[in-house]
Amino acid sequence: MSIGISIEHIGVAADSDRGGPAQPLLTVNGLVKHFDLKKGFVDTVMGRGKVVRAVDGVDFRILKGETLGVVGESGCGKSTTARLLMHLIDPSAGEIVFNGETVGSPALPLREYRRQVQMVFQDSYSSLNPRLTIQDSIAFGPQVHGVPKQEAITRARNLLERVGLEPRRFAGRYPHELSGGQRQRVNIARALACEPRLVILDEAVSALDKSVEAQVLNLLMDLKEEFGLTYLFISHDLHVARYISDRVMVMYLGKVAETGPAEALFEQPLHPYTRALLSSMPSMDPDRRTEEAALAGDPPNPIDPPPGCRFHTRCPLAEAVCSQRAPSLKTRQRRETACLIHEPGSGHSHAAAVAAAVHAS
Amino acid sequence: MNTASRADSAPIVSVRDLRVTFNGGKKPVSAVNGVDLSVARGETVALIGESGSGKSVTLRSLLRLHPERRTRIEGRIEVAGEDVLALGSRALADYRGRVASMIFQEPLLALDPVYTVGQQIVESIRRHERISPAEARKRALELFERVRIPSPERRLDAYPHEMSGGMRQRAMIALALACRPQVLLADEPTTALDATVQIQILLLLRELQRELGLAIVFVTHDMGAAVEVADRFAVMYAGRIVEEGPTREVIRNPRHPYTLALMQARADGAMEKGARLASIPGAPPDLAQLPTGCAFAERCTFVQPACLQSRPEAVELGGGHRARCLRTDATAQAVAQSARATANTSILLTETA
Repeated sequence: MSIGISIEHIGVAADSDRGGPAQPLLTVNGLVKHFDLKKGFVDTVMGRGKVVRAVDGVDFRILKGETLGVVGESGCGKSTTARLLMHLIDPSAGEIVFNGETVGSPALPLREYRRQVQMVFQDSYSSLNPRLTIQDSIAFGPQVHGVPKQEAITRARNLLERVGLEPRRFAGRYPHELSGGQRQRVNIARALACEPRLVILDEAVSALDKSVEAQVLNLLMDLKEEFGLTYLFISHDLHVARYISDRVMVMYLGKVAETGPAEALFEQPLHPYTRALLSSMPSMDPDRRTEEAALAGDPPNPIDPPPGCRFHTRCPLAEAVCSQRAPSLKTRQRRETACLIHEPGSGHSHAAAVAAAVHAS
Repeated sequence: MNTASRADSAPIVSVRDLRVTFNGGKKPVSAVNGVDLSVARGETVALIGESGSGKSVTLRSLLRLHPERRTRIEGRIEVAGEDVLALGSRALADYRGRVASMIFQEPLLALDPVYTVGQQIVESIRRHERISPAEARKRALELFERVRIPSPERRLDAYPHEMSGGMRQRAMIALALACRPQVLLADEPTTALDATVQIQILLLLRELQRELGLAIVFVTHDMGAAVEVADRFAVMYAGRIVEEGPTREVIRNPRHPYTLALMQARADGAMEKGARLASIPGAPPDLAQLPTGCAFAERCTFVQPACLQSRPEAVELGGGHRARCLRTDATAQAVAQSARATANTSILLTETA
């Protein structure tokens, strides 16, 4: 670490790698975001009141050059996590370390961090300024970061070309003159205009039709290769998440349930919630229709999440201990799981069997 | 699946050459351009298509939900023997809910926020039948039990915003079934729901359909959801049904290039990492100026000069499977080829394993 600081003093460019390729690009430790609910007078005086525990202690890493997929149902905190990473909202607790530097520290001020981390939103229309032509929208970011106007415009036109929108035809158009797929291409071009290292894609293809979605997914894969990008890909569509991600993180009610390499996680889910989520996917085989729903009811409210393991109210394997003890993330063979079954000595009756199986293998 | 035996009796929904044009904007928009659709009693048909394909417009026409002054509807719609386009306003109100009713994508927008769900169901029952409020409430309670709402007595007095998403969708299904309709129209009923809730609602629809003998028209863009509920598939593109047939046939043996391309564009199951998705180039046509030929021609890999001349008529492929395409021979080859390719890779995989 001391070496890192001394390098900073002699003025090496901020985007050079710290710690080589093995060092994660982004490390998130104990990230928490609680939203206060409207309080009455008495509650304000007493200093109490209910909070929405949108993100409640999340730890993860994104390695350099990988795509981390984040999946989960509404209310699981995946979009809040994305907004926290961009510092669009301030975290209640926790730290974000980007390329070896804590975000917001003097070594990595927010402005410099935001140049290196960009975001693409789900709603392609509301995320563009309707009064700017798409060329101006794309060139705006680099100008804020000190790129001369002419150069920013050249960069914008090159990017438009690159995302498949002929600059001579499209550069002067306004967002409402484009289709949804074209607008999402503009958003991607805008995100790339500041030459970021990490791009957060928050349901970026969810609003698109299937045929257009495939075009945009292909484009994202090409751009990643060409510019050496790292993606955080948030999606509720498990097929898409599996296709594009190297690793996948499953969230449930503001906590991480399971993280692991995409194929392993989809082939052999460890957490009961992951298993339920996967078996809820329609089968696409008319002869093998789903006969029984994996879970009953809706996800509980994040205002008063269940005690202990958050999933115990819907979990088919829940035991008494699950409502008393909250599981912590346990790592084994590049996979992390927060479930008492995978925690030796947790008191869950399955835990012993799992531990024995691990020992045998 | 006894679709064949049901097809003998007259269909409960019969749409002939439906054309819907909206005149609100600068140019008239032809949203639906000649749709023929029959649904038998107790059958579920999925209308599948992307945004702007005319699937929801077709569905809404069945209840005449379009603004009268700005919409021109041509053709013929018959539901349970009623000529829907000829109904007067009083008869139309009797027809809606009693013969055919609809569930929508977003229950929070479809339900009235200032009345409890119970009040809305009671009102709807008493509009159609002369029964006492107590009697109607009893019916509402039965409906809530039927759609499996936990603690139904208490939920009847809940306002829509007090319920969770899945619960609201169940309540809306209960409301739609309040007057014992024969036809249920579902407009993307599970799109706004989470994966684990979506499958619950799909299973509920399947169960209701079986028990009540409902005919269901299920509009969706999600093929996976459609496979779970539908007996038949009707794939729409630019306001026409381009392919239609039994679910299994259409999924296993798609014969319209658009259906084929849609199936291939899905990021599905264990795809090879880094393999590119087969995307469909271009975008759907502008409905204000449709081409004279096949609307899919400019995005189609099998296009021939003849495709640009006139709109193709339906080609019968046997067993109720038909496609509006001149190149069904080419798609048949492509399907056979990809089937051979998958067979080969699976052989390779087993050999290497």
